[in-house]
Amino acid sequence: MGTTAETTTAAGTRPGPGLGLTWSLRGRGPEDVPVLGDPGPPGGHPAGPATGRGVRVCVVDSGVERDHPLVGEPAGSWVVVKDAESGEITVEPTTTGDTCGHGTACAGIIRRTAPECEIHSVRVLGERFSGTGDILMAGLRWAVEQRFDVVNLSLSTTRTRFAQELHSLADSAYFARTVIVASAHNTPVESFPWRFASVISVGSHQEDDPDLHLYNPDPPVEFFGPGQNVSVPWLGGRTIRTTGNSFATPYVAGLCARILSEHPRMTAFQLKNALYLSAANVRHEPGPSHPRPSTAAGDTGDDRDDSEN
Amino acid sequence: MTAMTPRTESAPVPAPAPSDAPRNELLQSVVDVARAIFGAAASSVLLLDEEADELVFRAVSGEGQEFLVGRRFPAGRGIAGWVATSGEPMVVDDLAADPSFDRSLAESTAYVPNSLMAAPLISDARVLGVLEVLDASPQARSSVRELDLLAMFARQAAAALRVITPDPLAAASAGRALEGAQREDALRLLGSLEQVLRGTG
Repeated sequence: MGTTAETTTAAGTRPGPGLGLTWSLRGRGPEDVPVLGDPGPPGGHPAGPATGRGVRVCVVDSGVERDHPLVGEPAGSWVVVKDAESGEITVEPTTTGDTCGHGTACAGIIRRTAPECEIHSVRVLGERFSGTGDILMAGLRWAVEQRFDVVNLSLSTTRTRFAQELHSLADSAYFARTVIVASAHNTPVESFPWRFASVISVGSHQEDDPDLHLYNPDPPVEFFGPGQNVSVPWLGGRTIRTTGNSFATPYVAGLCARILSEHPRMTAFQLKNALYLSAANVRHEPGPSHPRPSTAAGDTGDDRDDSEN
Repeated sequence: MTAMTPRTESAPVPAPAPSDAPRNELLQSVVDVARAIFGAAASSVLLLDEEADELVFRAVSGEGQEFLVGRRFPAGRGIAGWVATSGEPMVVDDLAADPSFDRSLAESTAYVPNSLMAAPLISDARVLGVLEVLDASPQARSSVRELDLLAMFARQAAAALRVITPDPLAAASAGRALEGAQREDALRLLGSLEQVLRGTG
């Protein structure tokens, strides 16, 4: 970040996005802009002890149930509210939980993947229909301003009028080390912000392995995680099964939290590289491949099929 | 058929105006085909009425077909509300034991789904509503492939809906169009206005 003006936010003392930017190095040399780097985990795989401890994850979704045994009490619960008369949009603390179950499911996947991370919730559903985009924008903007380490965004907007603003917001988050992990569409729908390179976009693969992620050599969607028939916490302290890209996304968000807990100085592009390096389909040396069994390819149990993947 | 509370003061379903016939036929075809594709107990189309902030059952095939059409639900809640908001298709299974599932609706339909597939109806960057499939056959749910199929079919349905109803606001708020008694009131008002203008009122 170069020279920075430290400002206090609800998240701590890291500078807010856009503050303290370095525009040039006129009159300054390398010693004037020292960076203490972190190479990240070898091979991109989070180390065993990496539990997400100390990492702040924000779930922008339908809320999170307050006391689900598989999630725990969220460290913070907020709601985006739009005044029906004035149209003013604010983000306020809330004691209500989840209006749907989806946000609790996402939080549960993050908790399962990074057990000791700190989970915050911003609810963008439940006051009024919020699919028009402005409430989603406000929720995401607030999360970026709060400098969360990871933002899970299992949603998108098709409203092109928000595309430019979302793009700027995603870039601000990227430079401020808030990594946005966003669900992709499973059909060629133009929606945002998952289409932007500054976020980590996630779709669902068809494998049964709950700890597997893949890199897509032909984006727009960059990574695939487990999103098929996933067991998740739901309303009323229960557990159900779900399928969808939106459930693969929190797995990758949880992976990011795990990596960051051991390597807190990693940047967003380093995180993306760690996910790339640790993807099950990325080989690091030329030579014969050793295919893993694939559910999508029809392999079951010991029945290995080397014809694909 | 969602985990939401139906608006109890829902008005009876107005008789469809003749101009709505092609749209109703299209929507009924969509839910009939969706139900057949997935071997499901029911399928429904809910369209978004942004002005009223509600989702409206516009077509139902199978369970609930006789009385669900026209019912309205708050658009900011439940699985359908989330799918309309997030734009992401999803499947939830094991719903029958979900205590949050609205029992009054379930009892009124004498049917509690165990599984719900839902995909947004998106056309030309607008979410028009949600296509739901209830209790698909076990072979046709819970996999990404089936969810992809539902999402693609929902896109086709939304495109057809958009073609047949060019005005997106009209498509999204069809329930607010002048129908039944409202239409008669409007015609009476126009008649009165005409009389006033002619100086005969």
